[in-house]
Amino acid sequence: MTTVAMAEKQVKMEERIVDIKNPVLSIQDLSIAYNKDKYAVKHVNADIKKNAITAIMGPSGCGKSTLLRAINRMHELYPDIVTEGKINLHDDDILKMSTIKLRRKIGMVFQRPNPFPTMSIYDNVIAGYKLNGIKLKRAERDEIVERSLRNVALWDEVKDSLMKKGTFLSGGQQQRLCIARALAFQPEVILLDEPTSALDPVATAKVEDLLVELKKDYTIVLVTHNMSQAARISDYSMFMYLGELVEYDKTKVMFTNPRDSRTEGYLTGKFG
Amino acid sequence: MKAQIELANQDNSSYRKLKDRIFFWFIVVMSVVTISPIVMIIGKLVVKGFRQFNFNFFTQTTPDTFEAMMAVSQGEIIPGGILNGITGSLLVVVLASVMAIPLGVIIGIYLYENQAKRYAGLIRSIADVLQGVPSIVLGLISYLWIVKHVTTGFSALAGSVSLCIMMLPLIIRSTEETMKMIPTSIKEAGLALGVPYYKIILRVLIPTGFSGLMTGILLAISRIIGETAPLMLTTLGSPVVNMNIAKPTSAVPLLIWEFYNDPNMVDLIWSSSLFLMGFVLTLNIISKRIAAKRRTI
Amino acid sequence: MKSDKVTKQILFAASLIILLTAAGMVFSLIMGAIPVFKEFGLGFVFSNEWDPTEGRENYGALPFIAGTLITSILAIVICLPMAFSTSLFIGEYFRKSAVASVISSMVDLLAGVPSIVYGLWGFYTLRPIIMELGLSPQGYGVFTSGIILAIMIIPYATSLSNEIISMVPNELKEAAYSLGATRMEVVFTVILPNARSGIVASYILAFGRALGETMAVTMLIGNSNVVPDSLFGTGNTMASVIANQFGEADGLKLSALIGIGLLLFIITALVNWIGKIIIKKFS
Repeated sequence: MTTVAMAEKQVKMEERIVDIKNPVLSIQDLSIAYNKDKYAVKHVNADIKKNAITAIMGPSGCGKSTLLRAINRMHELYPDIVTEGKINLHDDDILKMSTIKLRRKIGMVFQRPNPFPTMSIYDNVIAGYKLNGIKLKRAERDEIVERSLRNVALWDEVKDSLMKKGTFLSGGQQQRLCIARALAFQPEVILLDEPTSALDPVATAKVEDLLVELKKDYTIVLVTHNMSQAARISDYSMFMYLGELVEYDKTKVMFTNPRDSRTEGYLTGKFG
Repeated sequence: MKAQIELANQDNSSYRKLKDRIFFWFIVVMSVVTISPIVMIIGKLVVKGFRQFNFNFFTQTTPDTFEAMMAVSQGEIIPGGILNGITGSLLVVVLASVMAIPLGVIIGIYLYENQAKRYAGLIRSIADVLQGVPSIVLGLISYLWIVKHVTTGFSALAGSVSLCIMMLPLIIRSTEETMKMIPTSIKEAGLALGVPYYKIILRVLIPTGFSGLMTGILLAISRIIGETAPLMLTTLGSPVVNMNIAKPTSAVPLLIWEFYNDPNMVDLIWSSSLFLMGFVLTLNIISKRIAAKRRTI
Repeated sequence: MKSDKVTKQILFAASLIILLTAAGMVFSLIMGAIPVFKEFGLGFVFSNEWDPTEGRENYGALPFIAGTLITSILAIVICLPMAFSTSLFIGEYFRKSAVASVISSMVDLLAGVPSIVYGLWGFYTLRPIIMELGLSPQGYGVFTSGIILAIMIIPYATSLSNEIISMVPNELKEAAYSLGATRMEVVFTVILPNARSGIVASYILAFGRALGETMAVTMLIGNSNVVPDSLFGTGNTMASVIANQFGEADGLKLSALIGIGLLLFIITALVNWIGKIIIKKFS
């Protein structure tokens, strides 16, 4: 590729970045390397819209999980990681915030359901408060547990067995419990890392319905390798490839009219 | 919402981060404290034991108290060595190994072959219990059995029986664990060809698991070589080299105990301990090497 | 095949040997202890009078049972923070790093040091320190023995716990981190509760080790046949009284020592059995 073509492409990329007013999150020239010169995320620029579902897609190893984890700095659990660039939550640079405060505002749900096996359902929901040493009155705790479980449509299923271990639930129920645990803090943003990859289709559908319901109150960022899931529930989609953000657009636009040949290749199943 | 207000008021993050830092350093400091004794012990043995390490130390028997006293009073190093201890230790340990290794390996294979059986479970539990029996009690047992009834007197055999009982559970467990790691397909391939079972054990199971068995055996030997208490009750000790299994025999740890109790011999304590420690260390390193090699294959 | 049958019979016969050995041990200890129990009944266990003087012989094992339990409990208390920190160091904080494997092999090395060498080190290095600190005039006693025992059992307390700590699933730790927990909070709310029974079991097994240790304790406890009157007082343990007094023992005294051996056997077997049950339940 000639330098002229590269420059042209750069300009086109700039044009393509969707214009989002008052974004909740603003990712600015973010690069992340696990060790020197091996970048997992390269110069990503993106704004995330409030009360919408943004899906991040791409073949495995494309950096989508790393990008998601960077948003509440979970990627820092790996030693020797290098982070360049900025992520703003409203006007605060999250890379300069205390992780404790940041993670209260941005919750996370993981690939495999991971309720704490030594805790009851009730304690799992309230775990964030316990871990953070926040003291609550009994009534407040009950209120938070009920609200959070209602939010994930789990309350009716478990209200009689709140003191049982969370690991007795089915996989789908466990995952909704984990979402409830993340919601208990009433965060602004919820990050989900392939939340349905370990679930059966019925449980997956329930979680998807739930996410659509939740976007009224929360901003949701979702990593998925399931294109149809992104098509079904997301409002905006990102396509990442080899650490680059190749394309970012309204989901409908991207799925009907991808502008980059790599996106098209991925969406039509040529690779990934 | 009420809870939300509480949340905003309870900003404890800097306090918690401080606690986290302090805890981290507590872990690091305590870990260093934990390993400091081994450094101090080995350091002390090397510094104090090095002086006595000479050719005679390995080729001569222990001096008597008077010789040692004369040498010390003239500022010379104590003459003589610990040959009777080295040969005694070898005799007792080899004898114990000859009994414990075949028996332990066979029982280990038995447990591997009959894993689900209740009887095998019982044997396994017995091995577990035996592993926890204090060595001094094993010394008592061997005294009651061998010293009193077989050799009618303190003997190398009695010592090796107590050490053999000590080794057995270690070898049994390591054999069973090693066998479990051998793919069953290897065994079945042999069985399918109609090879007699004993040949499969000798030609397939034992050679395939050889390094695992060796690791277990070396570790078991390194455990018993430094044992003093059971030998006090069984082999008693001897100032001369003895190779008769029915006669009292010395051993390096027994000599250390004797030197410790004899003010004139104190200088020999450290070199003997250094020798013993070096032996244990070498066995440990060899067995770790074997284990590491096995993992890479 | 006929040879297969013979092979199986040989394997079975070998397993019988260990069964008979264990049964024989219990039998011999009981037989040897019968005279002393006949003479003193349960008083042998509960009396604290130990007097081998001919004519007015009296044997009570209580001082030694007390000495054994006190030194071992003290050892586990001292060992606890050290083993706890080391297993977290190896199993969590520096997991899979070179420094962790160095620390871990040094801890393994602790298990390889012969008991008598610990005794020497305790006698020549630790005892002077205890005297210097003015804790005990001669430096002997329960406290000195407890420290040495603590060092000796560290490898047993850590080997299992650091493995179990390192097996706590990453997903659970991440869940806690994502809720804003600090590493220390992850340790106490996720790692320790999940590794709890394994850690407890390894401490129980370590305690079992401490109960039966002979030489190092014999060299440091002071060998007085009384119930220790304080933490820094002298005493004697079951193992060390056997080692100390065996040489000149026959008749009723020998029976008394065998009786102590029997009690020690029962106590250690019980402790180990409990530990193994917890491990089995856990895995």
